Amino acid sequence: MAVTANKRADQVVYGVLLALAVAVPALNLGVGESSALHVSTYTMTLVGKYLCYALLALSVDLVWGFGGILSLGHGAFFALGGYAMGMHLMRQIGTRGVYGNAELPDFMVFLNWKELPWTWYGFDSFPFAMLMVVLVPGLLAFVFGWFAFRSRVTGVYLSIITQALTYALLLAFFRNEMGFGGNNGLTDFKDILGYDLQADSTRATLFVLSVLALAGGYAGCRALIDSKFGRVLVAVRDAENRARFIGYRVENYKLWAWTFSAMLAGVAGALYVPQVGIINPGEFSPLNSIELVIWVAVGGRGTLYGALLGAFVVNFAKTFFTGALPELWLFVLGAVFVLVTLLIPQGIAGYFNREARA
Amino acid sequence: MNAPRTPVSAPTWWDEFTTAGSSPNTAAARLHQGNILYIENVTVSFDGFRALNELTLYIETGELRCIIGPNGAGKSTMMDVITGKTRPDRGQAWFGSQLNLLKMSEPEIAEAGIGRKFQKPTVFEHLPVFTNLELAMRAPKGVWRSLVARLSGEARDRIEEILVLVGLAEQRDMRAGALSHGQKQWLEIGMLLMQEPQLLLIDEPVAGMTHQETERTAELLVALAGQRSVVVVEHDMEFVRSIAKRVTVLHEGSVLAEGSMAQVQDDPRVRQVYLGA
Ligand SMILES: Nc1ncnc2c1ncn2[C@@H]1O[C@H](COP(=O)(O)OP(=O)(O)O)[C@@H](O)[C@H]1O
Ligand SMILES: [Mg+2]
Repeated sequence: MAVTANKRADQVVYGVLLALAVAVPALNLGVGESSALHVSTYTMTLVGKYLCYALLALSVDLVWGFGGILSLGHGAFFALGGYAMGMHLMRQIGTRGVYGNAELPDFMVFLNWKELPWTWYGFDSFPFAMLMVVLVPGLLAFVFGWFAFRSRVTGVYLSIITQALTYALLLAFFRNEMGFGGNNGLTDFKDILGYDLQADSTRATLFVLSVLALAGGYAGCRALIDSKFGRVLVAVRDAENRARFIGYRVENYKLWAWTFSAMLAGVAGALYVPQVGIINPGEFSPLNSIELVIWVAVGGRGTLYGALLGAFVVNFAKTFFTGALPELWLFVLGAVFVLVTLLIPQGIAGYFNREARA
Repeated sequence: MNAPRTPVSAPTWWDEFTTAGSSPNTAAARLHQGNILYIENVTVSFDGFRALNELTLYIETGELRCIIGPNGAGKSTMMDVITGKTRPDRGQAWFGSQLNLLKMSEPEIAEAGIGRKFQKPTVFEHLPVFTNLELAMRAPKGVWRSLVARLSGEARDRIEEILVLVGLAEQRDMRAGALSHGQKQWLEIGMLLMQEPQLLLIDEPVAGMTHQETERTAELLVALAGQRSVVVVEHDMEFVRSIAKRVTVLHEGSVLAEGSMAQVQDDPRVRQVYLGA
C-alpha cells in the first residue's frame, strides 16, 4: 500500500518537474514581455533557486528521514559545492575583472597576492571544477562520517558536531588568508562555458539543468530507498543494535548514505551559485542548516517528495514575508515549525498520506 | 574482519529447519566437538559495581540450557559480553575453540553464528514483518551487495516458511510496530531463525505471551536444540521446567548452582536467594 502511494507521488513529482522544465523556459523565452503569460527572468531564476533548495532538502531527507541522522550542518556541503562552482566562474572572468589581471581574481590582486594559491589549481577546467563539486563535499562528509559513525556518535551529539562543522567552515571562509574571497565571497561572474550568465537563454538552460538534477537526484534516492540498502538504512534508524546483531556493519551504511547525501547537496550548491550570482561564507551559517531541516520537517520527512514540497512551500513563504514583513520572517518560520511539530508531526506529506488511507 | 564465513549452499540450505537432525552443517563441523561456548572468569564492572563476577560457564554443542536468577543477577550482561556489546574487564569468551569473542565486533559475531533475542523485543518497527525477516536472513550483509541484492524465489519461500512457523503469515505486510508484544517476541525469534545461528541466545522469550503462545515457544525451542545450541534466560519457572534439562542459576554475577531443575530446586543456597524459601 505504501509502495503504491509512493508510486503515485513519484508520478506527480516527475509530472510537475517535466511541466516546469518545459513551460517556464518556453514562457520566458518564447512569450513576449507584454504578454500576461510571460514568465520574467527574475521569476525563472527564483524558481530555479527553489529547485536547488529542493535538491538540498532531498539530500537531508535521505539521511534524516530514512537513516535517522539529523544533520544540522548540511548547508556546509551545499556551500562547498557552491564554492567549487564559484571558483570556476571566477577563473572564467579572465582579464575582464576590475584589475584586468589574467592570472589572479580581483580580490587576490587587491590583497597584493602575487600568485594563485594551490587550492585554486585546476579550477580553470570545467570538468575538474565539476568533479570538485561532488568530491570536496563527498570527501569531507566521508572523513567526518568515518570518525563520527565509527565512534558511534548518534542523536543530539551528532547533530551538535554537524553544527560545529559548518560553523568552523563559516569562520574559516571568512578569513581573507584562506584565499576564497573572505566575507565578500565570490561574485561578478561573467559567463559559464562561454555563455553570458545574464542572458535569458543561459538562465533558462540553468533552470532546465536544475530540474534535471532534481529529477535525477530524486530518482537516485528513490532507487536507493527501494533497494535492500534502503531497507537496512531504515532498520538502522529503527533499531541500530538489532541491525548490528543481525550482522550489518551499521557504520558503513550510515557512512555511504551520508557521503552520497553530501554529494547531492554539493550539486545543489553548484547549480545555485550561477543563478544567484554570488557565493559567500554566509552560506555556511548554522542558521541555514537549521532552516533547511525545517523545510524537510514541514514537508514531511521520510517520504522524499515531502522534502521537495517543504522546500518549495517554506521558501515561497519566505520570499513573500521577506518582501512584505522582513523582520517577521524568523518568527514566522519558528512558529510554523512549532505548529507543524505539534499538529502534523509527519509534515504535510504525512498528513495527506493519512487522509488518503482513511 | 577475518571471521570465517560459512558458504551458503543454495538449493538445500533451508532443509536444516524442516528436517530434524539433518546432515551436520559445515559451521557445526568446524566447531570443536563438545562445547560451543566457553566463558571463563569473566568480570564486568559498571562504576565499580560488578554485574558479572568471575563468571565461568560452558555450553555444550546442541544443548538447551536455561539460565535463571533474580533480577540484576547479570543474565543480560552475560549475553552482552557474548555478543560483543559489552567488553569485560577480565576473562575469556570463546565460540567453539577457534573464535575469541572478545576480539570480534557485533556483526562479526553475528556472522560467525551467534544470534540473539533481546530482553525487550527489538524489531524494525517501521518495516513490514516480511522485511524484518528478509533483513535478518543469512546472506551477504555488505553495503555494495545490498545495493544490488534481489530477493530470490528460494529466499522468499524461506521467509514464508518462517512466517508460518512463528504464526505471523497473516501479518506479513503489517508494520512490525503494530504487532502485539507477544507477536513481536515471535517476530524476533523468527528473525533469529532467519540468521541460522549455531548458538541462539534468547533473553526472556515468553514475557508478555499468552499461555498458548508460551507453550508454542517451548515446543519450538525444544525442537531447535540438537541441531543448534540454545541458551534461554527466563523468569517463568513453569516454562523453564517444561523445557530445561540443565539449569544454571546465576546470582550476583556468578554461577550459584548448576544441574537438573530438580537438583537446583533442592539446593538450599538456591532456595535461599531465588526461590525465597
Ligand atoms: N550499562 C549499564 N550500566 C550500569 N549498570 C548496568 C548496565 N547494564 C546492567 N547494569 C547493572 O548490572 C546488573 C545486572 O544487570 P542485568 O545483566 O541486566 O541483569 P538481569 O538480566 O539478570 O536481570 C544490574 O544491577 C544492572 O543495573
Ligand atoms: Mg535481563
